[in-house]
Amino acid sequence: MNSSPTRKVVIATAALAALALPLAACSGGSGSSSSGGKVQISYLTQNDAANSAQGKALIQAFEKKYPNITVKMDTQPGGTQGDNLMKTKLSTGSMDDVFHYNSGSLFQALNPKTTMADLSNEAWVKDLDKNFTSVVSVDGKVYGAPVGTSFAGAILYNKKIYDKLGLKVPTTWDEFISNSEKIKASDPNVAPILQSYADTWTSQLLVLGDFANINAQDPKWADNYTNNKGDAKYVNEPAFAGFEHTAEIKSKGLVNKDFASMTNAQAMDALAKGTGAQYPMLSASIATVEQNEPDAVNDIGVFAIPSANASDTSLTIWEPNGIYVSAKTSGDKLDAAKKFVAFVNSPEGCDVQNKTGAAAGPYSISTCKLPSDVPALIGDIQKYIADGKASPALEFLSPIKGPNLETILVAVGSGITPAKDGAAQYDADVKKQAQQLGIKGW
Amino acid sequence: MTTAVAPTGTVRGDKRAERSAKKRKGIRSPYPTWFYIPAAVLFLVFFAVPTFASFYFSLTRWTLFTTQFIGFDNFVQFFQDPALSQAFVNTFIYGFVTSAAKVVLGLALALLLTSPILGRGYLRAVVFFPVLVSTIGVGLTFKALLDPFHGPVNAVLGFLHLPQPGWYTDPNLALLTIAGVDIWKGVGIATLIFMAGIVAIPSEYFEAARVDGAHAWAVFRNITLPLVRPAMGTVIILSLIGGLRSFDLIWAMTNGGPGFSSDVIASVIYKEYQAGFFGLSTAGNVILFVVVTAVMWPVSWFLNRREAEL
Repeated sequence: MNSSPTRKVVIATAALAALALPLAACSGGSGSSSSGGKVQISYLTQNDAANSAQGKALIQAFEKKYPNITVKMDTQPGGTQGDNLMKTKLSTGSMDDVFHYNSGSLFQALNPKTTMADLSNEAWVKDLDKNFTSVVSVDGKVYGAPVGTSFAGAILYNKKIYDKLGLKVPTTWDEFISNSEKIKASDPNVAPILQSYADTWTSQLLVLGDFANINAQDPKWADNYTNNKGDAKYVNEPAFAGFEHTAEIKSKGLVNKDFASMTNAQAMDALAKGTGAQYPMLSASIATVEQNEPDAVNDIGVFAIPSANASDTSLTIWEPNGIYVSAKTSGDKLDAAKKFVAFVNSPEGCDVQNKTGAAAGPYSISTCKLPSDVPALIGDIQKYIADGKASPALEFLSPIKGPNLETILVAVGSGITPAKDGAAQYDADVKKQAQQLGIKGW
Repeated sequence: MTTAVAPTGTVRGDKRAERSAKKRKGIRSPYPTWFYIPAAVLFLVFFAVPTFASFYFSLTRWTLFTTQFIGFDNFVQFFQDPALSQAFVNTFIYGFVTSAAKVVLGLALALLLTSPILGRGYLRAVVFFPVLVSTIGVGLTFKALLDPFHGPVNAVLGFLHLPQPGWYTDPNLALLTIAGVDIWKGVGIATLIFMAGIVAIPSEYFEAARVDGAHAWAVFRNITLPLVRPAMGTVIILSLIGGLRSFDLIWAMTNGGPGFSSDVIASVIYKEYQAGFFGLSTAGNVILFVVVTAVMWPVSWFLNRREAEL
């Protein structure tokens, strides 16, 4: 190979250009603003089918109403990977103008006071449900508006199977186990209880969804847990029940055989098709059924995770996610971003949400009303709320949630770790989280 | 015996004298000092500064927004991690299994691919091909192939009435399955290094052996194996370092699961990052750095000493 000096220069230049290109692309982020009287803002949402479809529909309706504003949609993965990306983008100032993210403890971890725009003076704030206001506020300032409905963490079940076997909705854990055993005896091809550890987050429902029951037995539990007081630990009752239940359904052989490699979407399909009877899950997962088996949506009902005593059995409710405006957004863009946030919760925006995001519980803002043809399980959820048998999930009452809960519960639910050891591991994980957050008393 | 030792002693003594002589004169270099400045600046900015910065951040509680100096608390906490003791054991199992398999298989394949066989060039390419593919891609592909219920591998095993193991869902098997995939992917590099080593052996040795009527095994044991030892040292060092700090394949296939059964130090560190414990995970990285150094230093010293004696 003969390399003349000119050739070397050409190669070097090309190499430098190749190196510089991605850098240039990086800095382009939020730079491209108003062009020809038009303002462009960007909106970040999660890359799963349901969220990106909703984002697109909201943007389309918004641009129609405000022809001078264009919205560019960006997506990123959800879950813990998404949490990390959020923090990185906010701390490096490369966050989109408007972004969609969890409310509650995960929202608090984003350091809203310095990274987000204060939305307290927006017109829609007065319409918010009080519970929601508290999970998007820091020091009395509101930073977010809701997207989508609240939802329950409970047991989804196939009503057809329940009808066929003449089963009743269980109100105690023992009834739940005996129902499951009847289902197992009636048809070996139907899994009594579905578990889907290929999506590790799904392993947490029997613990997180049990919180309303803990709260019913000990209303001070969340406070004591946050402040490291008393015996509010997962190794102790009443909180230990969740770990025990996770281990019990596996040891009694009530779980589907392919629990280790099944995904959340596959489990929802199995539930809709009747190859699985019950699934401890978030009611928000009904969106999967609406997309894949729309005819089966009303075959799925929901009941609260049963407690040992029927009188304690209550439903755990998650507040909706929020949309937030980055603190870096200013001027025309800030106005446009605020308009977009307001639009999402205006009657037109609610209409889009009703059409795209499957409603999974009541809305948290009075301007949004559920459509008449909601999935049947919302009726079940509303009944618990009307009866006063519901409580917000622990993550809305305490900033502490150990990051390894899902992994520990996969181990417990697969029979690798005994329930007691798993609970002890999680308490250690919680301690670490509390210390990292700098909470007093740990 | 004594006579045999004496000359080596003098040779070593000579070398030492030479070295100290050099020191006295100052290091003579073919390049002027300014010639080193660009490289030194690069080294400082991209290697030295981040290294020292990470030592500092490992001593802080760091949220990306604020830092707070907390001394050695992070290290204490890292060692209290419930997953860590298993991750330590797994790291060593993974490192040694993959390294050993790459040495044995790499040498065997190198012997095959340096002998006059049909389609040698093509076969060499086939062995090297997995090295070029993205690790994440390989991980996801094998995850699909080895799916315990819907994957083709278990479908074939089922057809043959053989047991169908839960390759990466069985806690006892998950780590070894990943190690197997790692070996498949990485053996090409080992083969390449061994091939270079074998080809570098002067052909006179083999001719002489053949004239003496040596069998294939005798040739391998007495010529190839000793003379390929420098290549073997390189393969062991490279694959052991790679194995001890491996992460991408494990993450793509199991995320360290089921439970913590295929967690290694690197995946525990990554989980700490995900949880937002940036100071804590930096402390983990410092520990990983120390562990890899502590293992590799004696290994590399041992291998190089053997090489020098040959």
